Amino acid sequence: MRLKIIVTLAVIAGLILAWNLHRIFIQVPDEASQGAIFRIIYFHVPAAITSFTGFYLAMFSGVGYLISKDLRLDSIAASINEVSLAFATITICTGSIWGRIIWGIWWTWDARLTSYFVCLLIYFGYFMLRRAIDDPTTRARLSAVLSIFACVDIVLVWKSIEWFRTQHPGPVLEIRGGGGMAPGMEAPLWWNFLALLMLATALVLIRTRQEGMRREIDALRRHAHAF
Amino acid sequence: MKFLRQTLAVAAKDLRSEIRGKEAVNASVSFALVILLLFSFAFDLEPAEIRDISGGLLWLIFAFAGTLILNRSFARELMNDCLDALLASPVSGAQLFLGKCLANYVLIVIVECISLPVFAIFYNVRLPQRLALLFVVMLLGTWGITVIGTMFSAMTVNLRLRELMLPTLIYPMLIPALIGAIELSRVLITGAPLAESLFWFRVLVAFNVIFTILALALVEIVLVG
Amino acid sequence: MPTGSTVSSSAVSIDGVWKYYGDYPALRDISFNVDGGSCLALLGRNGAGKTTLLRILGGLSKAARGRVSILGKDARAGSTRQRIGILGHGIGVYEELSAFENLSLFGQLYDLADPRRTATEWLERTGLDRVRDGLVREFSRGMRQRLAIARCFLHRPSLLLLDEPFTALDDRAIQVLQDLLKSAIAEGRTIIMATHQLREALELATDVALINRGKLAYRGARTWEMLEDPGWLYRHYGEA
Repeated sequence: MRLKIIVTLAVIAGLILAWNLHRIFIQVPDEASQGAIFRIIYFHVPAAITSFTGFYLAMFSGVGYLISKDLRLDSIAASINEVSLAFATITICTGSIWGRIIWGIWWTWDARLTSYFVCLLIYFGYFMLRRAIDDPTTRARLSAVLSIFACVDIVLVWKSIEWFRTQHPGPVLEIRGGGGMAPGMEAPLWWNFLALLMLATALVLIRTRQEGMRREIDALRRHAHAF
Repeated sequence: MKFLRQTLAVAAKDLRSEIRGKEAVNASVSFALVILLLFSFAFDLEPAEIRDISGGLLWLIFAFAGTLILNRSFARELMNDCLDALLASPVSGAQLFLGKCLANYVLIVIVECISLPVFAIFYNVRLPQRLALLFVVMLLGTWGITVIGTMFSAMTVNLRLRELMLPTLIYPMLIPALIGAIELSRVLITGAPLAESLFWFRVLVAFNVIFTILALALVEIVLVG
Repeated sequence: MPTGSTVSSSAVSIDGVWKYYGDYPALRDISFNVDGGSCLALLGRNGAGKTTLLRILGGLSKAARGRVSILGKDARAGSTRQRIGILGHGIGVYEELSAFENLSLFGQLYDLADPRRTATEWLERTGLDRVRDGLVREFSRGMRQRLAIARCFLHRPSLLLLDEPFTALDDRAIQVLQDLLKSAIAEGRTIIMATHQLREALELATDVALINRGKLAYRGARTWEMLEDPGWLYRHYGEA
């Protein structure tokens, strides 16, 4: 059942992505000032939104663990965070490529880049902590707490860094108070967002299952060691 | 009253054993001096430029040196399973945390009060006339470092590699507080008008309040489950 | 003996307690009561779950499922911990502090009326008054153990949780501990003692519980045949 869901999600996501690639590269015209490279936004922005959605969902899953003590919720939280970290890395990489073309530099300590980098570091810490704890129950407890701290901190990091002068292009999408994109240019972005979200869900399901197996192996090992 | 008495007993205990051994404070002050030395090789600047980046330098020193003290905070309880004895006593997790925070706070502020004048002498930075304000910034920024640091010290106490883990975990978390403290210190030391930077005070206070509450609420989960 | 407003007649009641490490159950559905004034020997092999259970009783850890009530209240409640004395594997005293400072610290943490006087009293009772201001790190092993015993008894707990209390004690510390335990029993305090040293434990015990692989294998009164043949219990209720 779970396998079917995973396959279905992945296949649909793949189809949407393929169809979208066609639209993005063939149908959508070059942007007036940036030229061809602007197309990277179709992956950059959806990946960013997906990663943040993930970090917060993972926090709720962690809080759920603290309330219910059900280790499956911890597995879900860890899986979501891992996939979100991957998407955050995609965001940084695509942004960096874009920056090389438009700004002429791979990296600048602009507000949003810096904030994103801080988020990455915080979640590297999350996985470092998880790896260092042997007992799955303690691991679940502490990573849930760290997740709460991280999610609260992200908001503060974002706000405080934003108060420095920003080099990053302002909000593009209408919902964030940007001017919006030309008609026909914005639709593929939302489709891509949907596709990446489905892909992320499929990945999370796979990772959750692996985590479940890992718990089982750990329990078996403890059984074996106990006697 | 009882809450306060027990909390202060924990703080006094930490301070007393630290003052007796001086392990963490000595290490921390020496480390601060080493960083001061290294900066002299890293930067070769005009006095005006030094003043401009002095806020950043100061808080790097404070954050690095502070970690050495924070590292010891819960590690101190490991020998003889003292943490269990504390947790088994009627003192709550929040009291234990608060007591340890107070002790760490005092120790870090002591280290800062030693390294600040040394910094000023080494780098010919005339300390600002608004020294009292700079001190307030120090107190606010240090509380942020202390709360986050003590909390993560509690989280990492039973781990291998905790000495490495703590700085890697806390510095990214501390970014908002550090930015605020750096900005305010820079403004105060360069003598720039303070009015525009006043909101950094709010950032610092907000950071401290939010994370103090969060830590007090969650520390029992960390320590007991 | 302070029984106060206990709801149940049992000093300790453990009801369906489970504890997991990951998916591995370290304690499985443990249920039993301990009457006030009794002395329970908690037996079992290494890794059977004795320490885990004691930690839950002492409020150092939480059960995943089930209820533990101590003197009628939740195990982790502050007022409950006020009435429990724990002696664990570690001695739980600070190396950098003196004997007196250690005891008066714990006196303050337990909010005793006069921590300093109580500390002095207990230093005398455990024969440490001559090294009152000596730092613990300069103490011999036996002295540390006596100090740990003083720390455990100083707030006159009505429930004592002892984890392998006689292991690694020197003769004098054993003497001190045995005297204190006997007078505790005489005063009607409750004792739970995890151990695998059958002979010493069974001499003091009025009750016996045996844990085997996280499960309660036996719970009953201590009988004469146990005293005569300490291995009897393991042969009958231990694993095959």
